[in-house]
Parts: sequence; structure tokens; C-alpha cells
Amino acid sequence: MDNKKDVKGFLEFVYEFYKSMKAHEITLVYEGEITHQITKAFTSLTESNMSKEDEPNSVQRKVFHVMVECLQNISKHADDFTSNDYLFSGRGIFLVSKGENEYSVTTGNAVENDKIEYLTELLENINRMDKEELKELYKKQMKEGRLSEKGGAGLGFIDIKRKTNKELEYHFLPISDDTSFFLLTSTISRTDN
Amino acid sequence: METIKIQGSEDTPKIILDAANEILEISGRSLPEDVSSFYEPVLNWLTEYTENPNKKTIFNFKLTYFNTASSKLLLDILMKLEEMHEKGQEVLIRWHYPEDDEDMAEAGEEYADIVDVPFEQVSY
Repeated sequence: MDNKKDVKGFLEFVYEFYKSMKAHEITLVYEGEITHQITKAFTSLTESNMSKEDEPNSVQRKVFHVMVECLQNISKHADDFTSNDYLFSGRGIFLVSKGENEYSVTTGNAVENDKIEYLTELLENINRMDKEELKELYKKQMKEGRLSEKGGAGLGFIDIKRKTNKELEYHFLPISDDTSFFLLTSTISRTDN
Repeated sequence: METIKIQGSEDTPKIILDAANEILEISGRSLPEDVSSFYEPVLNWLTEYTENPNKKTIFNFKLTYFNTASSKLLLDILMKLEEMHEKGQEVLIRWHYPEDDEDMAEAGEEYADIVDVPFEQVSY
């Protein structure tokens, strides 16, 4: 930005960005490395906002649960692969939006294409299950699953579906021949809790 | 036996393991950055305690939140207590949950299903 015109263009972009955040009711957006410090900061910020707005305890707890699991999914899995590219080292995008009837927590991070099939099967399997089946799966995974080196327990998606009682919505968009962007959004109802 | 006292924080629970005063308790929030290393001293303490436990052991869980990674380590703790029960030692788990928190009550029920040890649910 070495001249006035560029600065103006940039500031106009910021205003457009602000308006589109408002239009999509986005209350928090972040791109970068997801660390434990970031997880703590975002959850405590969202928590204090919800409590200021007198959100029912049950909604606050669910939003907290979903945020933690989504953030930890990125910090524990987004760098599971070999590439040194900056895209792949525990980084991602994280969004929280608040509508009249629900909160949404959305994450996006790069994954290698050979993980797509595994992730799709995992998510479809969880989406098909009813409450009782999810409970049994959670118990089984807790008993038999092993913690990964980074402390992933393979329980995050199951927990999100159980807490929200809604299907996990996801999408893969191509980045290159080897990699895709994995987007996942979870919604927490503000009314039927 | 050595007493363990860990102050709670916004992401780690308060822990008291005091055999002399018969207080065994985990309370608060659990989402430590590294769950395995956070709970390691607790599991080690329990292993040592099992060798020479009090006549009766009551373990209180009074958590307001735990993440999925912690849920696995909590199960490890419960399994240590189950081992004591299997050896014929007197053990009771008290699972405290806020009265309006169905999910925390349900988490207690699930643990009670998995481990074979006397389990009491207490709402507060």
C-alpha cells in the first residue's frame, strides 16, 4: 500500500468485509494458527458475550462444547500431514455467527485429498446415527480408542452431534491436485433446549 | 502418603487427593492443553493409593465442563477405582452435577454403565 489510492481501496474492502460480516451475523472470525491460547480466548470471549445477553445456561454450555471441539479438531488434526506448506500447520478459519434462532460454529482447514473418503464416511456414519447409537459409539470409542500424540480422542464429531442434535454439515472444496479445503458447520438452537 | 493439591484454572480442574483427610476430589473445568500429562500425577497417585487404601474410599467428581479428550482420562481414573472395587476394597463414586445440566447427569450415567463400581449421582 504505497499510495493513497491503494489505502482507500483497502479501507473500502474493510467496510465491505464489515458489512458482509453483519449480513451473515458473524460475531467472531479468525484465520491463522489455532493454539490452546486461542481456544481459551475465544471460548471465554463468547461465553462472556452470551452471559451478558442472558442466553440460557443450556445454550451457553452447548456453544462452549461445540467451540472447544471444533477448535481442537483443527489444532490436533490440521497438521497431521507431511507438507511444509503454511496452509497445513494447525491453521484454519474459525467463525461464530449468531442468528435469531441459532448459533453456528464453522471451521475450515486444508486436508490432503486422501483423507476425504475417511472423513466423509466418518461424518456420514455419525449423521445417520440416532441418540442411542451415538451414545453407544461414544462409550465404545472412549473405552477402546487411543489418544493420539496430540491428544485427539476421536470423539469430537460424535460429541458435537450429540450436543447439537443436528446433522454435521460439511463440504470439501478443491485447493490443488492433492489438497482440499474442509468446511464444517454446526448449529446450536437457541430455542429448543 | 503425599497429598496432591492442584488449584483450578479456567481450563484445568481443581484436584485434591488427600488420603489422610479422606478427600479425593476433582472439580471445575477440564480442557487442559495436554490431557495426558495433566492427569498423569493423578493416575500415579491412585496407583500408589491402591496399594494401601483407606478403609473406605469416596471419590467426588464435581465437574462443570470437560472436553472429549478429558473424558477418556476420567474413564482411566474410574477404571483405577473399579480395580480397587474388584479387589474387594470399599469404593464409592459420587458424581455431582448442576441440577439444570442434563448432559453432565447423562455423562455420569454413561460412566456408571461402563465401570463396575458403586456410583452415586448427586445433583446440586
